[in-house]
Amino acid sequence: MSELHFDPAAPLPHLPGHSSGGRLERILRAGKFAVTAELNPPDSADPRDVYDRALVLSEVCDAINATDASGANCHMSSVGICSLLTRAGYAVIMQISCRDRNRIAIQGDVLGAAAMGVQNILCLTGDGVQAGDQPEAKPVFDFDSTSLLKCIRGMRDEGKFLSGRKITVPPRVFLGGAANPFVPPLDHRAIHIGKKIAAGAQFIQTQYCYDVPMLRKFMAKVREQGLHEKAFFLIGVGPLPSSKTARWMRSNVPGVHIPDAVIERMEKSKNEKAEGKQLAIDLIQEIKEIEGVHGIHVMAYRQEEFVNEIIHASGVMKNRQPSRAPRPETPISISA
Amino acid sequence: MYAVRLWSVRHAKGLNRFYKAFERVLVALHPLWNRIGYDKVERPFQVMEQATKGFLFDCQMCGQCALSSTGMSCPMNCPKTLRNGPCGGVRPNGHCEVKPEMKCVWVQGWMGAENMGDLSKIKDVQVQVDNRLKGKSSWLRVVRMEKKVGEFAPKPPKAPPAKKADAAAAPKPAGEGKAA
Repeated sequence: MSELHFDPAAPLPHLPGHSSGGRLERILRAGKFAVTAELNPPDSADPRDVYDRALVLSEVCDAINATDASGANCHMSSVGICSLLTRAGYAVIMQISCRDRNRIAIQGDVLGAAAMGVQNILCLTGDGVQAGDQPEAKPVFDFDSTSLLKCIRGMRDEGKFLSGRKITVPPRVFLGGAANPFVPPLDHRAIHIGKKIAAGAQFIQTQYCYDVPMLRKFMAKVREQGLHEKAFFLIGVGPLPSSKTARWMRSNVPGVHIPDAVIERMEKSKNEKAEGKQLAIDLIQEIKEIEGVHGIHVMAYRQEEFVNEIIHASGVMKNRQPSRAPRPETPISISA
Repeated sequence: MYAVRLWSVRHAKGLNRFYKAFERVLVALHPLWNRIGYDKVERPFQVMEQATKGFLFDCQMCGQCALSSTGMSCPMNCPKTLRNGPCGGVRPNGHCEVKPEMKCVWVQGWMGAENMGDLSKIKDVQVQVDNRLKGKSSWLRVVRMEKKVGEFAPKPPKAPPAKKADAAAAPKPAGEGKAA
């Protein structure tokens, strides 16, 4: 019976200095090494497709990122995925890209998402439409990621829409921005992140890191400006399925930097898939030692089944259980 | 023109200095604009601004110029019209994700800011554009902002009577409603 009274999406009690009632913010503010993971959105209208993928990830991560048509490819929307996941008690990070919606739509979505129990929002610019499966689409970009952060912060802290109209119950969300330390202008990337933090970013998730020396340089600049004390940095990692895919990603996915040495390492190995997994584990272990890094963000495109293994082998979770993972018996009554 | 645009970034410091002087002249001439009427000078200004800034920066006439804060690289030439810095898709050679033949507007912007010797202004957070201003003169807007006239005129006494005005206006639609 008690199961029925358990509301998995209910926010946690408010803690002073916290902007959300979410678990991710608690984990980070408690000084724990956080793990987030990206859920590959289904090309289907079946909620089971979302739940099956989320269950695998939730065993090893503190929050699940719901992507917003990443790569400008059409999939189930981030709002839709968040709606399903929050009902089942998962902690989610809703990604909002500026590519597809204007300011009116986005502000509405922020309120809707917060009402559903979304506690974390990641503000992204979004890949250009040319990168996706429908390059003939109209790119919106009414906001950019920085002005979007500022807008949502205003909604939360001042309780106002952009127009100044009052929001009766503001959305209590933990705000994030993205960083890509691996593409030009390299010298200014850290300053650019400082700007996002000034606009409201409280956590930063980065693009895939396959080049640790480059990340170290970036983090040194971050520390120089004290940004690691103003926001939490979660570094992106992901297993490469093969050297062929690595080459393809490097030339076709915007903003992905993979050094030749990494591809050579993959090519030399007998089992490329296993090597890709080991590479991800090695990267995590190197990354976690860098000062100012507060966690990792795992993006395992079509390889969710490996995330568990990678996280456990890397030892970043230590003996910690991800906070309040949903129980399998959690009543889910959405499937038709 | 693309080549001129790149030249302008290389000469950001000089251009910014020139613009600041020009802006002072424009602001000083406020009484003149005011006498002729800002509405009347708007159109000639638009033509002039489009011609010069279009040539130098490939200006898109967003009507809320931020060139001094973007290293003299017009952010409206970014295919994503980003006004706060580069996206994460910049190519290893510093070219644009969307238009591979074009140098990233923001890689250029940071170069321009360094040329200007002042990285403080590029750190200012720019808010989203006001789409109503597209095509309008940004120069005249700056003068009105400085002189606090037009849409920037102070309106403290307006606030309380605004409610009354609303109340007074309210019966009108109600009357129309009845008529319908």
